[in-house]
Amino acid sequence: MSSTFDTVANIIAETCDIPRDTITPDSHAIDDLGIDSLDFLDIAFAIDKAFGIKLPLEQWTQEVNEGKATTEEYFVLKNLCARIDGLVAAKNA
Amino acid sequence: MRLEYFQMIDRFVELKPDERKIKALCKVPMESPVFEGHFPGFPLMPGVLLIECMAQTTGWLVSVVTGFVGLPLLVGVKDAKIKGIVLPGTELTFDGAIIHEGSGYAIAEAKGYSNGKSVCEARLTFSLTPYPNEEFRKIMIEMGHQVGIAVEEYTK
Repeated sequence: MSSTFDTVANIIAETCDIPRDTITPDSHAIDDLGIDSLDFLDIAFAIDKAFGIKLPLEQWTQEVNEGKATTEEYFVLKNLCARIDGLVAAKNA
Repeated sequence: MRLEYFQMIDRFVELKPDERKIKALCKVPMESPVFEGHFPGFPLMPGVLLIECMAQTTGWLVSVVTGFVGLPLLVGVKDAKIKGIVLPGTELTFDGAIIHEGSGYAIAEAKGYSNGKSVCEARLTFSLTPYPNEEFRKIMIEMGHQVGIAVEEYTK
């Protein structure tokens, strides 16, 4: 079974045509990989489907805009994957 | 349809929020300023306006399903196909379906038909943005009534 990171990295590589080997757990989706907000919707769609969850993008955006969180907390891939794991665990609880 | 005002939907004839589906009827007008340029002496319904028909069909569905909390802005079009020419006077139907309702966005698919024959299809992505003011929200409610949607029933 592939890890959450592998699944997410493969989605990003395929959705945004980014070489898979350049995507690491420490990559920032926006700052390092250059993914824009519209591309991220496609990625969110694929992640939602793959994991059977609903990434709370509105909440995350609001928290970043209000200065309550940094983009690193949501868009560095290892952090994103940890949040996906949390959402999956909550769904299965 | 009033192409020059982007009024693409004549009325909705099916609305199934639970199934995330909708069906619209649209009759292409015989005359429109749009046809003066597209094309002089050979009026054709522009393909981009067929995409707009699909966007409005599914956009209203997104509004219904999300409870009219904001305006679904078209932000992405994928796999769009225009399969044939559409002439003035053509009666079109559009089937729309939401395939994913995410947080602040939705993805839908739509197909357009003329006499049962497919004329266009696309996958559309919408980003929900809050209505700019209460006045605009009232305008949306009025527009909904004009195309056969009882907005109040679906408003959160």
